Amino acid sequence: MSVSGTGEIIAAVLILIGTLMSVISAFGLIRLPDVYTRSHAGTKSATLGVLCTLTGTFIFFWFVNDFISVRLILGIVFVFLTAPVAGHLISRAAYHSGVPMTEDSVQDQLKEDMEKKKKTQSSKEDE
Amino acid sequence: MLEIVGYIALIFLSISICIGLFRVIKGPSMPDRVIALDTIGINLISAVAVISITLDTGAFLEVILLLGILSFITTVAFSKFLERGVVIERKRDR
Repeated sequence: MSVSGTGEIIAAVLILIGTLMSVISAFGLIRLPDVYTRSHAGTKSATLGVLCTLTGTFIFFWFVNDFISVRLILGIVFVFLTAPVAGHLISRAAYHSGVPMTEDSVQDQLKEDMEKKKKTQSSKEDE
Repeated sequence: MLEIVGYIALIFLSISICIGLFRVIKGPSMPDRVIALDTIGINLISAVAVISITLDTGAFLEVILLLGILSFITTVAFSKFLERGVVIERKRDR
């Protein structure tokens, strides 16, 4: 088997895995109960899916067309760096704008910490 | 072989973009919609990659980088707007 045939097979498998991961993350988007679990589904597995797809594309252009694309490497690195940051920012904005958690959740440590911080600040102001 | 795989992958990506669109329309709160739009942008990136494979051209690879940067900037701007009420703050002491 030639080199380009092997590259095609690897690229096809990676692309299929990546797009399946995207479909699974989309089903997580409609099935999960509240914002935080949905952001968990929408950022992690969708990021892994797009990383697999872009790696498959990179391997396809490398083995079949003999073309190493720096733009694809940059895109992979950029998506890998920025998608979790975006998920963190939007979950934080959701918490601070008062979106409620689902009723199944059992603990909220951020709320306890924020109340403790508020209490120490108010006692400092009293002194 | 890779053309058939590309078509199957495009069908999968269209399904996930449609589900994200359902969440954008229905979503009970604003951050839900922003998360769904971010996911749609990420799926669009991989759709552009798969399309550039099926057309067998390397001309669309800048689009991947641009879509990644744009979706990150929009998500950051929306989350800052939801948290603070403004996107670009004024200088304080003046």
